[in-house]
Amino acid sequence: MGIIIKVDICTGCETCVSECPFGAIEMKDDAARVTEKCTLCGTCVDACPAYAIEIVDEPKAAPADLTAYKGVWVFAEQRGNKIVPVAYELLGEARRLSDALRTELSAVLFGTGMDENAKRLIEAGADKVYLYEDRLLDEFHEDAYADALSALITEHKPEIVLAGATSVGRAFVPIVATRIRTGLTADCTMLGMDLEKRMLLQTRPAFGGNIMATIVCPGHRPQMATVRPGVMKRLPPDPSRRGEIIRIKPAAPLSSKTRLIETIEEAGHRINISEAELIVSGGRGMGGDKGIALLHELADALGGVVGATRAAVDSGWLPYPHQIGQTGRTVSPKLYIACGISGAIQHLAGMQSSDIIIAINKDPDAPIFNVADYGIVGDVFTVLPQIIKKVKELRG
Amino acid sequence: MNIAVCVKQVPDASEVKIDPETGTMKREGVPAILNPFDAYAVEEAVRIKEKVGGRVTALTMGPPQAAEVLRHVVAMGVDDVMLISDRAFAGADTWATTYTLGLGLKKLPSLDLVICGKQAIDGDTAQVGPGLAENLGMPFVAYVRKVVEISDTVVKVERLIEDGYEVVEVSLPAVMTVVKEINTPRMPSLKGKMKAKGLEILPVGAAALGALPENIGLAGSPTKVVKVFTPPPKGKREVIDGSPEEQAAKVVLKLRELKVI
Repeated sequence: MGIIIKVDICTGCETCVSECPFGAIEMKDDAARVTEKCTLCGTCVDACPAYAIEIVDEPKAAPADLTAYKGVWVFAEQRGNKIVPVAYELLGEARRLSDALRTELSAVLFGTGMDENAKRLIEAGADKVYLYEDRLLDEFHEDAYADALSALITEHKPEIVLAGATSVGRAFVPIVATRIRTGLTADCTMLGMDLEKRMLLQTRPAFGGNIMATIVCPGHRPQMATVRPGVMKRLPPDPSRRGEIIRIKPAAPLSSKTRLIETIEEAGHRINISEAELIVSGGRGMGGDKGIALLHELADALGGVVGATRAAVDSGWLPYPHQIGQTGRTVSPKLYIACGISGAIQHLAGMQSSDIIIAINKDPDAPIFNVADYGIVGDVFTVLPQIIKKVKELRG
Repeated sequence: MNIAVCVKQVPDASEVKIDPETGTMKREGVPAILNPFDAYAVEEAVRIKEKVGGRVTALTMGPPQAAEVLRHVVAMGVDDVMLISDRAFAGADTWATTYTLGLGLKKLPSLDLVICGKQAIDGDTAQVGPGLAENLGMPFVAYVRKVVEISDTVVKVERLIEDGYEVVEVSLPAVMTVVKEINTPRMPSLKGKMKAKGLEILPVGAAALGALPENIGLAGSPTKVVKVFTPPPKGKREVIDGSPEEQAAKVVLKLRELKVI
């Protein structure tokens, strides 16, 4: 028997602290913690309004034979026959993990006409590429992708499976984990390894990035995670690397209950902000179309894309696909330039894993300056045109 | 058409404050609200019902006080509710949540469509929607920004992707998750509020659902949280001062150092 306080559920209300007859609960880091004085009386279990406390039997030995699972896999997503950048980033990270575990790194690639892409995955760190060649997989179908990856996992039993936390990965990988009956951690920003237990330590932001949680999957395999684009580092391609391409050609073709009618790329400015390396972003302080034009001018001069806060999108200055934050997209570019953005928690949640943040705001107390590497207290309408001018001069 | 919506009660993120001294999140006294993304799911379900007829049922899993979000959605036009609540469900990760909600959905007669918000703002996993589709054996489509057409057998939707959107047809029954762009949720009506107020909401527990103990709550959850911590302060917080021109010059210097230019 043991007592567990689930710190991710604990609201820090301290009800249990006052209810405990033995004074055996104390607060630490805003969450309750049980001390040695605990007698497992269960008073706190009943008192906790959040159901965060439980008395449990000691975990039994894991029933499944975990040692039957070997190797690290990366799902290499392709869109229109082009590998998405996060797949290379994951291979870089997974190379490190598989070297530490002394095991093989494989990439999983879906679609036809992918031989060149398979070679690139080997150059980027893969020892093997499982190439599932079926025409249906050329484009994204949740059910067909889930069927294909589930079948491969069931047959080859990898111990770790990673995928990009893209609109594709986050849509179909949960179906796979549900079917296989294993754990899946969403949108990780850090991966570590407990080498002794061969346990993947999966760290992800929760509560809009205000807390970080490290999650493990002790009793089930494979250990599965989706990983935020732009966070992990890819390896420089090594054309001398050799690997094996394993072609999967099942007897029966895949089928889908969804039918793709057309793909429409939004016209005008490039808006794939999720994988952009440089984002110039604007908030309420940009005032309107004139301010937004400045953002576009700077983004174009620097080769970046334009992002926006919810306030700017709700005002109709930019369409929703530009929105960054809790109700929009999550981004982690190399450089994020925040213009006229105060830095509400919901916006910070979507951009604070950026490598470098530059903020321009006229309010010196704006919360955006707390996450910024470089802060400029000033009027965007005076500072931005100056920056644009100087960048253009340099660019000639 | 029988439509189900899965909703969640979450802490109101706009009320979460950071303690300036410790840099940690202050969670005391934060009000509980309907997950904002779920309001779009409820609104879309009610709109479809208003167009083609049928019933909308809302399900939630949570502590007894989660009944409040069910009252809220009834006031928005939902017809029936199911409160899935039992101590045995506590500590569920997305796998166990999906299993449990799936059992609730399977109790509903001839379901045509299940709509969920794209994710909950406390966990941000976006895994329950697709997991439900697997539990129900239905096709799934994520990030729907528009329902173009719906018939008895098929729904045509626009699905958001990284650089635009896709028009996709899905055969029914199906599960979909929706994004903010899809609609503007209505305010609860006075009549709806009256109906919600008088509503008796009885919890449905593990036994009533026929849930297997090894698949629910903490025991049924493959993932375990081993550590929760406050992220270290991020920014270098270096101030760039001077006249606007000097500030601009210093920024451009930084951009060159960062090899952006």
